Amino acid sequence: MTENTQKQGIIGQILSLPNDNPTKTIIVAALLCLVCSVLVSTAAIALKSKQIVNKQADIKKNILAVTGMLNNKADLDKAFEQFEIQLVDLETGAYATDIDATSYDQRKAAGDPAQSIKLTQEQDIANIGSRAKLAKVYILKEDNAIKQVVLPIHGYGLWSTLYGFISFENDFNTISGLRFYAHAETPGLGGEVDNPKWRQLWQGKKAFDENGNLKIKVVRGHVDYKMADAEHQVDGLSGASLTSKGVSNLVNYWLGDNAFGPYLKKMRSEVGN
Amino acid sequence: MANVIKSSVIDPLIDNNPITLQVLGVCSALAVTTNMMAAVIMSIALTTVTAFSSAFISSIRNHIPSSIRIIVQMTIIASLVIVVDQILKAYAYEASKQLSVFVGLIITNCIVLGRAEAFAMKNPPLLSFFDGIGNGLGYSLILLVVAFFRELLGAGKLFGHQIIPVANEGGWYIPNGLMLLPPSAFFVIGLLIWLIRSVKKEQVEPADYQIHQVHRTEVL
Repeated sequence: MTENTQKQGIIGQILSLPNDNPTKTIIVAALLCLVCSVLVSTAAIALKSKQIVNKQADIKKNILAVTGMLNNKADLDKAFEQFEIQLVDLETGAYATDIDATSYDQRKAAGDPAQSIKLTQEQDIANIGSRAKLAKVYILKEDNAIKQVVLPIHGYGLWSTLYGFISFENDFNTISGLRFYAHAETPGLGGEVDNPKWRQLWQGKKAFDENGNLKIKVVRGHVDYKMADAEHQVDGLSGASLTSKGVSNLVNYWLGDNAFGPYLKKMRSEVGN
Repeated sequence: MANVIKSSVIDPLIDNNPITLQVLGVCSALAVTTNMMAAVIMSIALTTVTAFSSAFISSIRNHIPSSIRIIVQMTIIASLVIVVDQILKAYAYEASKQLSVFVGLIITNCIVLGRAEAFAMKNPPLLSFFDGIGNGLGYSLILLVVAFFRELLGAGKLFGHQIIPVANEGGWYIPNGLMLLPPSAFFVIGLLIWLIRSVKKEQVEPADYQIHQVHRTEVL
């Protein structure tokens, strides 16, 4: 017996201890933790670069899709080069040029007190708590003229925060697309925000009236096209009143005075001149 | 040996199905069966985790101190689930977006721990591996059947493709919205258990209580 344990060395000695021995319990627990943490961290690090690529490609795909530029055959990165990325100071509506726009992470900034502002209850109709001071915008240009602009938006639906993009024609009033890339609404009900037919309803809607008042709204049921406001209204999703209301609120928040309102107003007056 | 492995894979499909007989893992069966695609990914993920966790746990079963055995099992299961989640995020991004938290919740799936505790702790690694595969497949089978009915009746689709033309897109079928909500999975699973137990009478459990004959002789 003694000879045997000596032959197996220290590992053999530990293994031959009875299972209820406290020393063995601690050693087994420590070894297991070590092995498992190595396994998990190896997987996380080895796959990280691929995951980041996926995430970025997904964002690019959604930006292209919201402007109607997504073409499955074309190269994603190449198509995306047509966009100019800018940061907008939401307070003034002016471009902020002192920070690198490409690497700016708006979601991270919204959680950082130094780079964000807390919203009061009346302001916070989209239920997001705080928003970043600077917001990313994607400007689609053709021959140096602005064709479309894509704004990131997010807000609370029924179960989850919906993250997406809204895009405008170069009059900064006509919506050319709306699309969510991350949400956890009920599939088939609130999840129908992904329905292409519903997304299409947003195209051509006007966000603001002639006096520059924000009028866009998701209504309950169908839009009455006889009414004057029909060009500002989108059908609600059936069976998903709360998600529809959430989308209406978040669009209103992001196009409103506390977010992209000043920027859009500025751009509209520039176009008007 | 080959026969034992075969039966450990085949048995859990119908005769000893984890959902319909053992009634384990029902929680996730409600959550991920709104469409076929999510159900397929979830099935693959759960089968992989169950098989490998059983194999790992079984290979160290003789050295797991009984005082911390559940923690040891959970640590192994949790590590495997994280690895599966990371792999999905890297290679099946769309699907992982759809499944969101449910992959992480495989950790709490009773089937995985149930097989580890009931089978892998007492059997050799290879057999435990196939027991995990078998139970994973049994779970998958029910998941796919439930998802088939829920997606077809709830949205008129299968794997995202329109099968029945639905009313709000100009067809004749008015989708049953209830099928997309979790309670409908209870109904479908309940009906499946009923169906299986009417064919396989040996699965019917003896009643816990006795219904007494009512005597109407006393006049109040």
